[in-house]
Amino acid sequence: MRSSRKRTRRRWVLIAAALLPLGLGACASENAGPPKLTWYINPDNGGQKTLAAKCAGQSNGAYTIDVQVLPNDADAQREQLVRRLAAADSSVDLMSLDPPFVAEFANAGYLKPITDASDVKQLTDGVLAGPMKTATWKNQLVATPFWANTQLLWYRKSLAKAAGIDPTATDFTWMKLIDAAEKEGTKIGVQGRRYEGYMVWINALIASGGGQIITNADQGAKATPTVASPAGDAAADVVGRLSRSSAAPADLSTAGEEEARSLFQGSGGGFMVNWPYVYGAAKEAQTKGALDQSVIDDIGWARYPRVMADKASAPPLGGIDLAIGNYTAHPTQALAAVKCITSLESNIQYMVESGNPAARGAAFDAPEVLKVFPMAPLIRDSINDAGPRPITPYYGDVSTSVQRTWHPSTAVQSPTTPQSTDELMGEVLSGGRLL
Amino acid sequence: MTTATHPKSRVDTPRTEPAKPAKAKVSDRLHHERQLGLRLSAPAFIVMILVTAYPLAYAIVLSFYKYRLTDPEAREFVGLQNYITVLTDPVWWSAVVTTAIITVLSVGIELVLGFGFAWVMYRILRGRSFVRTAILVPYGIITVVSAFVWRYAFQLDSGFVNQWFNLGSFNWFGSRWSSLFVITLSEIWKTTPFISLLLLAGLVQVPNELLEAAKVDGATAWQRLWKVVLPNMKAAIMVAVLFRTLDAWRIFDNPFVMTNGANDTETLSFLSYRQNVTLVNLGAGSAISVLLFLTVVLIAFIFIKGFKTDLSQVKGED
Repeated sequence: MRSSRKRTRRRWVLIAAALLPLGLGACASENAGPPKLTWYINPDNGGQKTLAAKCAGQSNGAYTIDVQVLPNDADAQREQLVRRLAAADSSVDLMSLDPPFVAEFANAGYLKPITDASDVKQLTDGVLAGPMKTATWKNQLVATPFWANTQLLWYRKSLAKAAGIDPTATDFTWMKLIDAAEKEGTKIGVQGRRYEGYMVWINALIASGGGQIITNADQGAKATPTVASPAGDAAADVVGRLSRSSAAPADLSTAGEEEARSLFQGSGGGFMVNWPYVYGAAKEAQTKGALDQSVIDDIGWARYPRVMADKASAPPLGGIDLAIGNYTAHPTQALAAVKCITSLESNIQYMVESGNPAARGAAFDAPEVLKVFPMAPLIRDSINDAGPRPITPYYGDVSTSVQRTWHPSTAVQSPTTPQSTDELMGEVLSGGRLL
Repeated sequence: MTTATHPKSRVDTPRTEPAKPAKAKVSDRLHHERQLGLRLSAPAFIVMILVTAYPLAYAIVLSFYKYRLTDPEAREFVGLQNYITVLTDPVWWSAVVTTAIITVLSVGIELVLGFGFAWVMYRILRGRSFVRTAILVPYGIITVVSAFVWRYAFQLDSGFVNQWFNLGSFNWFGSRWSSLFVITLSEIWKTTPFISLLLLAGLVQVPNELLEAAKVDGATAWQRLWKVVLPNMKAAIMVAVLFRTLDAWRIFDNPFVMTNGANDTETLSFLSYRQNVTLVNLGAGSAISVLLFLTVVLIAFIFIKGFKTDLSQVKGED
C-alpha cells in the first residue's frame, strides 16, 4: 500500500516535470523581432491573408501580421470579439468588423479612434458614401471601410423577356417583380430565415421607402423605433405579398443566401436578390461542369428593385470595416497596417482575388476589376446609394426585435407587423422585455 | 454535458450490489471503504465547488443589475426587476413549454426504447459485443455533429427524407411542431443508447433465481417483466430517468443547429445563451441562468427524493 502510494507520488512528479517545459516554452516563444500584429478576420478565400503578407513585406520589418480566422457567421464573429475585448485582450490588434457592429464596439470603447486629420484623410479619401456612414461614431473615425458590399437583383433574361418586363428600368418595383414571377410560374429567391440576412432585406425595403427602423439611434437605449410608418407598411406589404404568393420559394422561412442561390441556379430559378458573389460562384460552377454555360449567359442583373415607383431604391449595405483594437500594444504599427490593407491598390487586389467589392470608388474603374465584374459600375452606384442598417450600440436588440416580429414572413401584415415591431423594440430597449 | 453524469452512474451501480451479502459483519470495512472513497473524491469535489460556486455566486450578483457588457456605464442596480421581467415575459414561458415538451417526449420514448435495447443487449447470445457496440454508436457521436446530420437529412435542398417519404417540398423547419418533431427525434436517436446502458446495468442486477422461481410458479413472460424484472431494477430506472431528464432539460445543440430558435423552438439553455452571449445582456441573462439552475435543482430534488425511498425499498425487500 505504502510503496504504491510512493509510486503514485513519483508518477505525479514526473507528469508535472514533463508539463513544465510546455508552459515555459510558451513564454519563451515571445522573443525579439518586429512586433507581431494579430488580425482577426472573417473567413474568406485567403485574400486577407495574402494582403497581410504583402503589407508585412512592404513594411520593411516594421511589423508582421498573424491572421486568426473568426467563425463563419457574422453574429458568432461578433460574440468572439466582444468576449475578447470586454476582457481587454491586447492580442486584438486589428479586426475585420461587420459594419452594423461598429457603433456597439465604439460605444463600449473597444475601438481605437483615428484622430490625426492627415491619417483620416488618407484612410477615407475616395471611399464611397455608403460604407463611410458605418465607419464613424460620435464624429470620430473608429474604423476604416475595407470592402463594401451590396445586393443586386439577379434575373434570368429569358424569363424577364417572356414576362415582358425590364428589371433595369428605373421605375421597376417589387410589386412588378412579384407579378412577373407569378405570371411565369417562377420563384423569387430572398433571405427569409430568422437571421441577419432577413434583417438586411427588411432594412433595405424600409430604407427604399424612405423610412428608418429607428431614429435618434445615437441615444442608445433611448432611441425611438419608427418601423410603424408609411415606409414600414410598404415594406410589410412587399414581404407579406411575396411570401403568400406563388412566387415564394417553398423553403422561404428557412432560406438564406445560399438557398436562394441554389434555387436561382436550378431549373425553377427566375429572380433573386443577393450579393455579387453569386455571379462568381455561378461561373465557378460552370468551370466545374455543374452548371451549363447557357445559364450563365442567361443571367442578368439590375439595381435593387424599388418599393415606391417614384423613389430610388436604397440597396442593402454589407462589407467589412477594418478596426484597431483599443487595447493593442502596437497602435502605430496597427495604423500603418490599416493604411496598407485598405489602400486603393489593396482594394483592387482584394476585389479581383476574393470577389468582394472595394470600398473606394476608383477601384471599380480598374480594367482587371471590370474583367471579373462586368457589372462593377452598377455595384459601385448601389454601394454609394446604399442604406446602412441602424447605427446604434444596441444594434443586436434592434435587429432581433425586427427578426422576431417579421418571422415567419407569411404572417407579415401591414400595419400590424410594423406596429408590433415598434412595441417590442421599445420595451426591449427600456429593459422591460426579453428577446 | 452528458459525460459528467457517467462516473456517477458507475458509482451508483456497485453501491447496491455489496449491500446484499450479510450487512452487519462488514460495517468496519465498509466504514474504511467509505472514508477512502471520500478521500479519493475530495480533490475533484473541491475543484468542482471552486469552479462552479464562483460563477454561480457571480451570476446571482449580476442578476440584480441592469447591465450590458458593451454599455458598462449604464450599469445600475435594479433589485429583483430582472426576475420580474423574465417571469412575466412570454418568451420565457414559451421556452419553458418548448423545453418541457422536448423533455417529456424524448425521455418517455427513450425509456421504452432503451429498455428494449437493454433487453436485447442482455439476452443476445451470439455477436453480443457487435450488437452492443452498434447500439452505442449514436451516443459516441458529438451532439453538434449529429444535429447537423439530422438537419441536412431533413433540409429541403440537401435532405433525402422528403424524397424517401414522398413529401414533396414539405419544409420541416418551417413550423413549430415539425421542427420539434425533428429535434426530439434526433435527441432520441442520440441518447437512447445512454439510457439503455444504464438500464442494462440494472437488468444485470436482477437475480436470476427470482426469475427462475417465478417461472416455476407459472408466471408468464409478461408477469415476470412487470412483477419481477421492473421492480428489481427500479433504482436503475430512476437513475436513468433522472440523468436523462436533467440532460434533456438543458438541451441546446439541436435547436441551435437546426432552427436557431425560430418558430418557437427556443429552449431555456438557448434563451440564456442568447441573453448572455449574443446580446451580452448580463443582467437579465444571469437571472435566466439562475432560474434555469433552480429548475434543475428542483428536478434533481424531486427525483432524488423519490430515488431515495426506492432505494430503501429495494434494501428492505432484501
